[in-house]
Amino acid sequence: MIDIKGLEKSFGRLRVLRGLDLRIERGAVTAIVGPNASGKTTLIKTILGLTKPDAGGIVFDEQRLNGAWNYRERIGYMPQAAQFPENLCAREVIAMLKDLRGRPADLDEDLLDAFDLGPELDKPLRTLSGGTRQKISAVVAFLFRPDVLILDEPTAGLDPVASSLLKDKILRERDAGKTFILTSHIMSEVEELSDNIAFLLNGKVHFAGSTDAIKTTTGQPRLERAIAQLLTAELTTPGTPSSNGFSKEAPLPFSGGDTGMGDPTFEKGTKNMVLPD
Amino acid sequence: MQTTAKVIKYELSDVLRSTWIIVYAVFFLVVTEALFRFGGGSARALLSLSNLVLIIIPLVSIVFGTMYLYNARAFIELLLSQPVDRKTLFGGLYAGLALPLSAGFLVGVGLPFAWHGVEAASHTTTLLTLVLAGVLLTFIFVALAFLIAVTFEDKVRGLGVAILLWLFFSVIYDGGVLLLTNAFADYPLEQPMIVLMLLNPIDLARVLLLLTFDVSALMGYTGAVFEQFFGSLLGVGISTAALAVWVGVPLWLGWRFFKKKDF
Repeated sequence: MIDIKGLEKSFGRLRVLRGLDLRIERGAVTAIVGPNASGKTTLIKTILGLTKPDAGGIVFDEQRLNGAWNYRERIGYMPQAAQFPENLCAREVIAMLKDLRGRPADLDEDLLDAFDLGPELDKPLRTLSGGTRQKISAVVAFLFRPDVLILDEPTAGLDPVASSLLKDKILRERDAGKTFILTSHIMSEVEELSDNIAFLLNGKVHFAGSTDAIKTTTGQPRLERAIAQLLTAELTTPGTPSSNGFSKEAPLPFSGGDTGMGDPTFEKGTKNMVLPD
Repeated sequence: MQTTAKVIKYELSDVLRSTWIIVYAVFFLVVTEALFRFGGGSARALLSLSNLVLIIIPLVSIVFGTMYLYNARAFIELLLSQPVDRKTLFGGLYAGLALPLSAGFLVGVGLPFAWHGVEAASHTTTLLTLVLAGVLLTFIFVALAFLIAVTFEDKVRGLGVAILLWLFFSVIYDGGVLLLTNAFADYPLEQPMIVLMLLNPIDLARVLLLLTFDVSALMGYTGAVFEQFFGSLLGVGISTAALAVWVGVPLWLGWRFFKKKDF
C-alpha cells in the first residue's frame, strides 16, 4: 500500500530520519514503535506531506508522492496533539472539512455517536479539555471513510471508555479492509491492535515484521518484553548505529548501572545520575 | 480554484470575527470624517489622509498579517492534512487576509467621501490614486508579513522583525537617504536617488500620491527628482509598476519558503 524508500530528514543539525525503508501492508494495522525522538512522528508527517524529506521517496498505492496532494483524500489523520482553529467550535470545523471534501453524503458518524459529544460540539475548541479534543480528532479522522488511517498516539489522553471505543472501532475497520498506521508507547495496546510492527531507532527501521514474528525472534511471550529485549540488545552491542548519539530524552530500560562506565551512549548528566559521587 | 475560494471563505469568516478589522475600518472612517469637518474641504482632507495612509496601512498590514498567520498555524496544519494543495492554501490565505484589510480601508475612507463629495474634478483622480496606493501598500505589507511568518518559526521574533521592517521602511530608510544626500551633496544624485526610492515601497507610494497633488513644494527631494526625470504621467506609471513588483517579489519568496516548509 505504502512504500517508503531511503527517507532522510534533518532539522538543522539533528538527523531525524536516516535512510528509512518501510512497507505498509494493505488491510493491516502497522504499529510504529520506538523510543521518543526516534522519528515516528516525522515519518508520519512525511507520509502526509506535512514535512518534506531531504532524500528518498514514498509511493502511495503506486503514486509517487512528490508534492502530490490528491492522495490525502484517502487518508484520515489523527495527530498527536489535535490542532484546531481555536475560536471555532467542533461543529464548524466538521462542517468546514465536509465542505472542503465536497460534501460527501456517506459519512461515518459511528464515533460521533459513540463518544456522545453533545453540547461539547458547540463550544469553542480552545475551551475543551485535551481528551475531548482528542475525541473530536478521532471523529474527524474516521468521518470521510478513508482507506488509510494514520493515528499518532491515538489513545493518549483518552479515558478508558473512550479508549476502548476507539480500539473497537480500529479493529472493526481493519476487518473491513482499511489500512492503519499507528504509533503508541503502550505496548499492551500495540499487542492488542497491530498485525505488523515497525521498530524505529535513530531514524531507521531496526525491525519490521508481524507481531508474532517479533515475539518468536526474541523468544519472549509478551510484546513489551520483546521490545525491551530488542532495545537492550541494541544498546549493549558495540558498533551499532545507536551508540552514536542516542536521544537525550529517551529513557531506556537499561539493565543496570554497572554497564554505564565508559559507555559512549551515556551523556555526562546521565553518568552523574548513575554514579552520584 | 474552487478550493481557493473555500479557503478564502473560511478565513474571511475568521478575520471578520476579530474586532481588529472593524476597529481598522472605523478608525479610517472617524479620521476622514474629522478631517472633513475640521479641515475644511476635500483637498486638505486628501492631503492629510495621504500622510496617514503612508504610516498606518503598512504598520497595520504587517503587524496584523504576521500575528494572524502565527495564530492560524493550527488552521494551516489541519488543512494541509486534508486533500488541499499547498499552492491553493497559500493563495487562499493571502487573499483572505489582504482583501478584508483593503476593504476595511476602502470602506473607512470611501464612506465620508461618498456623503461629502469632492470639491473639484481633479480631486477624484487624487482620491482614486490614494485608494490605489493604499490597496497596493496593503498587498505589499501583507506579502511581507507572509514572508516573515514562514521564515521565522518563533512568533515573538517574527513580530519583532515585522515591526522593525516597518520602522525601517517608514523612518530609518528616509533618515539614511537624507544622510546620504547631505554627505554627497557635491555630486549629481538624481539617478542614485531614483534607485533608492524604488527600493522602498513607502517612498514609492508617497511619490505616486504627491505626483497627483499640485503641491510640488511638498514633494521632497525624491519626488521632485522623479517628476523632473520622468514627467508626471510616466512617473505615475513607473511607480505603480514598481509597487506591483513589490507585491510580487515578497509573495513569490514567501511561496518558495511555504512550499518547502515543514509543519
